[in-house]
Amino acid sequence: MKPVAFDIVRPRSVTEVVVLLSGSGGDASIIAGAQSLGPMLNLRLVRPRILIDITGIPELTKVDEDDECVTIGTCVTTASIEDGKLPRTGLAMLPAVAADIAYRAVRNRGTIGGSVCHADPAADWPAALCGLGASCIIAGPGGRRTLPIDEFIVGAFENAMGDGEVLVAIRIPRLSAKAKWGYQKLSRKTGEFAMAVAAIKIDPERDIFRMAFGATEGRQIVIPDFRPLRRDDGLELDEAAVAATLAGRGIANPIASRQQVTVMQRAFRQALS
Amino acid sequence: MAKNDAPQRFGVGQPVLRKEDDRFLRGRGEYVGDIRLDRMQEVAFVRSPVAHARLTRVNIPQQFRECVFTADDLVGVNPILSAPPGKNFKRSFQPILATTKMRYVGELVAICYAPTRAEAEDIAQSVVVEYEELPAVVDMLEACRDGSPLVHEEWNNNAVVEFRREAAIEDVARTAAVKVQHRIRTSRHCMFPMEGRGVIGYRDARLKFLTIISSTQFPHCVQTGLSETLGISDGDIRVISPDVGGGFGCKGLLSCEEVVIAWLARRVDHPVRWLEDCREHLSANANCREHHYDITCYASQDGKILALDCVAHVDAGAYSAYPVSSSVEAAQIANLLPGPYIIPAYRCRSIAVATNKCPILPYRGVARPGVCLAMEVCMDSIAREIGIEPYELRLLNMVHPAQMKDGAATGKQFDSGDHPECLRLAVEKIDLAAVRHRQRSGEADGRLIGIGLSFFVEQGAMGTSVMAGWGRPIVPGYEQASVKLTADGDLEVKVGTHSHGQGHETTFAQIAHEILGIEFDRIKVMQGDTLNTPYSTATWGSRGIVMGGGAVAAASRIISTRAAAIGAWLLQDDPANVTVANGRVSGKNSSVSLREVARCWYLQPQNLPSGVDRGGLEVVEGYRAGSDLGTFSYATHAAVVAVDPGTGLIEILDYVVVEDGGTMINPMIVDGQICGGTAQGIGSCLYEATPFDSQGQPLASTLIDYILPGATEVPNVRIFHMETPSPHTEFGVKGIGEGGAVGPPAALLCAINDALRSKGVAIHELPVTPGRILEALQRGPMSAAVSGGQQ
Repeated sequence: MKPVAFDIVRPRSVTEVVVLLSGSGGDASIIAGAQSLGPMLNLRLVRPRILIDITGIPELTKVDEDDECVTIGTCVTTASIEDGKLPRTGLAMLPAVAADIAYRAVRNRGTIGGSVCHADPAADWPAALCGLGASCIIAGPGGRRTLPIDEFIVGAFENAMGDGEVLVAIRIPRLSAKAKWGYQKLSRKTGEFAMAVAAIKIDPERDIFRMAFGATEGRQIVIPDFRPLRRDDGLELDEAAVAATLAGRGIANPIASRQQVTVMQRAFRQALS
Repeated sequence: MAKNDAPQRFGVGQPVLRKEDDRFLRGRGEYVGDIRLDRMQEVAFVRSPVAHARLTRVNIPQQFRECVFTADDLVGVNPILSAPPGKNFKRSFQPILATTKMRYVGELVAICYAPTRAEAEDIAQSVVVEYEELPAVVDMLEACRDGSPLVHEEWNNNAVVEFRREAAIEDVARTAAVKVQHRIRTSRHCMFPMEGRGVIGYRDARLKFLTIISSTQFPHCVQTGLSETLGISDGDIRVISPDVGGGFGCKGLLSCEEVVIAWLARRVDHPVRWLEDCREHLSANANCREHHYDITCYASQDGKILALDCVAHVDAGAYSAYPVSSSVEAAQIANLLPGPYIIPAYRCRSIAVATNKCPILPYRGVARPGVCLAMEVCMDSIAREIGIEPYELRLLNMVHPAQMKDGAATGKQFDSGDHPECLRLAVEKIDLAAVRHRQRSGEADGRLIGIGLSFFVEQGAMGTSVMAGWGRPIVPGYEQASVKLTADGDLEVKVGTHSHGQGHETTFAQIAHEILGIEFDRIKVMQGDTLNTPYSTATWGSRGIVMGGGAVAAASRIISTRAAAIGAWLLQDDPANVTVANGRVSGKNSSVSLREVARCWYLQPQNLPSGVDRGGLEVVEGYRAGSDLGTFSYATHAAVVAVDPGTGLIEILDYVVVEDGGTMINPMIVDGQICGGTAQGIGSCLYEATPFDSQGQPLASTLIDYILPGATEVPNVRIFHMETPSPHTEFGVKGIGEGGAVGPPAALLCAINDALRSKGVAIHELPVTPGRILEALQRGPMSAAVSGGQQ
């Protein structure tokens, strides 16, 4: 389990990354924390000729905030999010999600942007960020563009970036003072990828009632307005309705459905509690 | 003097910190992967990509012809044959590199070497294996059907060997008040020691050895095996086993990798090394545990077991491992199934079945975890049928202390102890009444509470006549130790057993210290080199402390006698009047240190008595326990679980082990053995599985797919000891190396099914995944008969 030989370059700017990618003929791969790419290299599932290490680019480890959003550089590690490096922005969900991802050794190196780009259906960041309604800022040969995360991730292990493009940052809308959130997942053991993931955001001031399911067959399932799935008293989800919605989105396996529904119900209760 | 200022003691029974841990905890152990040799090159293998195929051609690119070798190059190398005598056993010859056929995914096809592993893998990937695929034999039950493809075409069917225990049970079957019947399946999984296997080979020009450094449990057996396969004398082979990071059985066999590395080392003029990687281990090595039981148990209304009837299958894989053979698990099932219980009529057929999977290897406990699971599931079912607590049913059918010599259903004589007391103690420690109360009260979060128990006997350190009866090619005899008192009065101990995590450098030193009283830090235990340790079958089957420790004691006693003779002369006393203790020879009024005795022998021999034992202060002595049946440790495992009906997740709320392993040399190390084994048993029950697809492809070849329990999944195991000495061994010690792994699958599955009982369902297939829990709950009570519940 050793990778095939490769060259590694450490550009100092995003512009340089875009130039390197564009000139590589598709034979280059971006590497940051290497927590997914490392094993894939060792298993020889990927064989890039050039690795572009973007962790030395100052812009990519920055965290910015304005009235509307917090913008997290793609190379910010999960551990630094766990440790509260983010501004106090009402985004308490992020450290909570971070603290429960894999093991600390993985969190020390693994980056939020890397996880989003890798787009593993069972990973935490894509589901959590789908729940929060985040968007992705992409740099490429034609300049910068922004995509909602549920359009950025187009399938299992697939993202919407084209040749020469690189994820620069993730932009997360702030929550209102009275907003609530819930995040639950089901793993067979600590550190394992999840069998079901549920993220919920309730922000009545901004009329947001959003939920996202992870650990699905394909990309995350986002329900932009889950209010019709609540029981009449509003205190719990209507599990049959949730299951029917999931069935309509391709989750037909009764066991997977049961687990997703259970975990989402718990996330909902967590949000209300 | 305050209590904690008391001098630390190091003898038998002391929880002495391990000598080994200073280097292990500082990362200074020396494993095969740590060794650097001048000009050493690294090996990668080309392995079979398919489970069953006719091998037609191996294409090696022209530029790599000098560094890739196939079976055609291995002229004069013998295949591995491991066949107990008797015509019932179908022999298989395992080629070192595949010759005409490939019989499992991962079987070795070619060996490649290069300066680095990455380059060796580049070369391996450039080699093209051409083959004609054959239908694969994947499931052991289907393999037994007429018309199944054959793993070995020269055989008439895939049954490697069958063991039978006969008894007339028809009358009982007709009339018994209670009958329970189960179909139970355990998963094929992997051993996964912290350190994978690894082998270095090179020619030692000075000592004229082919030197093999291997991560093995038994260097001498590897030496013998290499001699047989390579066709060279064992006097030309030296095997070194450095620090070994766990074995659990998978390093207690001669591997094809060892043979081909040894062959390559003779061919090239530089050292070569292979280090097993995770994927090689998970897909092509150390598979274990795959059993299937159709078991029926009959009992009277008052809870006496009347008869046991079982047909068991073991998926043995494609070949028979040397020297344990592929018969060992099936033989153990037939021999051990009734375990500790008195069962008047016992009938069993156990069949080892060849399949196109890698050979099954005996893993910690060998067949016992499966056997214990099958038996204890039946005990729980009978208890439910007649409406008593499962532990009460067990008490009704156990061997009582007065009956130990009569043994249980299989006629095994036990050595010592009190089985019912062990069970009662576990029931008390787990607080059965409190758990039942909690169970009845219900949980606020809706989880289901269950409690389960398992009881088992662990036969260890089996001796010469027993192992000869099994037909092993290498039968353990007198276990030897070499003990030398040096001129400075230090002690050098050399043993043929090999510690791969057991802490023998500590426990064997404790034993020598107990007898001679030499300062603990001045006693050094050496092992793992055929050049300077006594021949031994080494460390397996819970024999290390009993046999190796016994040998150290025996040799130390001779040193003591010889030192006493010299010391008495120096003291001008009668040898009968002196004693050896605390590192001194003491007479009535005066004493002399062992150092002074040693200096007299080595440096001032003019002062020795006439007629002194010319063997001096260096002794090799052999040891056999008083009974070849070995020792019979026993234990109760008790578990409380919470099952989440919404997700299928299981949490272990409490876990108790009550264990009697005889006299403990080092209680801390005993606890470590129990905890480590229990962690592995939890893995067997809840996590570990190597599934195969219908073509025989292993589906869990990385740790993404293969789940091991981690620190967060293993509860705080609460251990309680009983300590009944064995009448047959030094200090009354018993082997306890395997028991920790035996009890958990049964205790946990019984607990899970106890939790699911209120829903009317039960599970009888390992591992118990969340999916299997939810599947059972969704199917509901009607599924009981289908999934193998009571009928």
